[in-house]
Amino acid sequence: MIHLEKRPQPSRFWAGFTPILAVIATMIAGGIMFWMLGKDPLEAIRTIFWDPLFHETFGPYSRPQLLVKAAPLILIAIGLSLGFRAGIWNIGAEGQYIMGAICGAGVGLAFYPSDSILIFPAMVLAGAIGGWAWAMIPGLLKVKFGTNEILVSLMLVYVAENLLASVSQGLLQNPEGMGFPGSRNFRDFPAAYNTEIIGGTGMHWGVAAAFIAVIFAYVLLTRHMLGFQVRLTGQAPRAARFAGVNPTRLILFCLGTSGALAGLAGLFEVSGPAGQVTIDFNSGYGFTAIIVAFLGRLHPIGILLAGLLMALTYIGGELAQLMLGLPGAAIQMFQGMLMFFLLAMDVLSHYRIRFNKNATA
Amino acid sequence: MDLSQINPLLLLASLMVAATPILLAAIGEAVVEKAGVLNLGVEGMMITGAVVGFAIGVNTGSPAMGFVAAAVAGAALSMLFGVLVLYLMSNQVATGLGLTLFGLGLSSLIGKPYEGMKAPSMAKWDIPLLSDIPVLGPILFRHDPMVYVSLIIVTATWYVLTRTRAGLILRGVGENHDAAHALGYKVVRVRLMAIAFGGACAGLGGAYVSLVRVPQWVEGMTAGAGWIALAIVVFASWRPWRVLLGAYLFGGITVLQLNLQAAGAAIPVEILAMSPYVVTILVLVVISLRGQHGAPGSLGRIFHATH
Repeated sequence: MIHLEKRPQPSRFWAGFTPILAVIATMIAGGIMFWMLGKDPLEAIRTIFWDPLFHETFGPYSRPQLLVKAAPLILIAIGLSLGFRAGIWNIGAEGQYIMGAICGAGVGLAFYPSDSILIFPAMVLAGAIGGWAWAMIPGLLKVKFGTNEILVSLMLVYVAENLLASVSQGLLQNPEGMGFPGSRNFRDFPAAYNTEIIGGTGMHWGVAAAFIAVIFAYVLLTRHMLGFQVRLTGQAPRAARFAGVNPTRLILFCLGTSGALAGLAGLFEVSGPAGQVTIDFNSGYGFTAIIVAFLGRLHPIGILLAGLLMALTYIGGELAQLMLGLPGAAIQMFQGMLMFFLLAMDVLSHYRIRFNKNATA
Repeated sequence: MDLSQINPLLLLASLMVAATPILLAAIGEAVVEKAGVLNLGVEGMMITGAVVGFAIGVNTGSPAMGFVAAAVAGAALSMLFGVLVLYLMSNQVATGLGLTLFGLGLSSLIGKPYEGMKAPSMAKWDIPLLSDIPVLGPILFRHDPMVYVSLIIVTATWYVLTRTRAGLILRGVGENHDAAHALGYKVVRVRLMAIAFGGACAGLGGAYVSLVRVPQWVEGMTAGAGWIALAIVVFASWRPWRVLLGAYLFGGITVLQLNLQAAGAAIPVEILAMSPYVVTILVLVVISLRGQHGAPGSLGRIFHATH
């Protein structure tokens, strides 16, 4: 008879090893899925994980895309991980991402066609504030009235999507766009364009921001009192209360930071890779970032790696769509599977598996 | 705007249709939460139910078969959640979110070939005599069978939860799983059954969207209905009749805003379209002002039997 015995402390070895195991298990299960879809599993896995980086013809095009796709995922996931650690569940990052993009792009477009160097910094600030404010709604409702932040933040995603539809056909619509929905293209507005810092690498300002966020989060969690309080609240809420952690402050900090980072991600995306505000410029990064946060074990360095891996599945998925005719949704499912395997294998880091002979226990 | 275009009788009749998917999902989730498990995967199970129900409905030509298949699919997906949460003791919030993300991917994978197809039509049940009552007849008694099935499920849930021994055990497991375990009740088994019931109900709710309400398959078509169902369970303080009230109130808002859109109200379409979500937030705020009454004691907590 098998039974599980709780470890006094989560195993550090398994905590680091389970994500790798989960990726391998997902590859196997994904391979079976691809096989069932009538594709060669090995070729599909190679197209997704190997070709985007090392293929002779595709590599040079897709390698820069890796950073472009990973940056928003990492930015958002870093913010989410702070709250998730403390048991504060912001799952509406998609909405904060959209609001950041709308606010930031709005500020930029208001100054069209100025070429002041202050425009882009102003947009970045507005993007962060937009996301922050959107996350403050569930935050304030939670601290004032005790409203469930999971449901409120999620409902606000749908509100933000409707706002996006509204502004891209109204307020922010390109006046010279001959009635097509969508704003002016930031590529034709150099002062507001989120350009590559180093040409040809995909390294735009958002990527830089993502790296800075990783470093800040690392320092915060390991060296700062607030980071300690975040970790303490997650591991032992009662002890945290006795230690004088102010829950109101913590909730507002976690939700506000994750909102601001999601807003930044939205702004960098809309002013760079997406190029314009359109009804569907957002591509679900806010939700995928939840998987990234867990795959990275809510740890800044882990999230950095997880974000790159998840970006690889996006690019590889597109490549597999092109080369093998693999349906795009298969990749979405692949990412969902990864989350499941990860959660399933988590049991290994919290429990010890015992095979005992006497069933009387 | 021409408000006279809005026929109050049709409005009330379509309210029941609009509310049914959320009602089904919410009553299932209420049972799951009463057993002490928080399943945030309702949206994922609904959308999977929607696509499976639609696919089977189209292939067999029988909506009834579609509903059965959707319930089975919802329950099967919920078992994935159940095994993770109950046997591998994973975090319920994270697992539920994972289930939703997985379900959304799975459904769009299955649904691709079915885009643009039309669902087999479902005959309405004009209940003899009753449907001829003026005013009340068209509102209450001229619907498709699933509307009545959903009401039967609510009634049965209420009866089982509050009037039977099985319901008492289920509630006991949800209130205090350690005490229930000490008394010898199989906590994990009870919870697994509750989760399966919740999954089946969510699947039925999803299939109702794709087979009756819309009726065709569109990617992501449940559009947050599963999350609204979760909010309604909180609104209802985990009581079956209040779940019914909450779902119908919500259905009323949805139908009203759709009618206002159709009547060409001076309010922008986007504002109307976001109103159900805004109202849900407002309702949640009002409920939380009152305090969290009735939440099961062990809700969301991990149960690990050492003996």
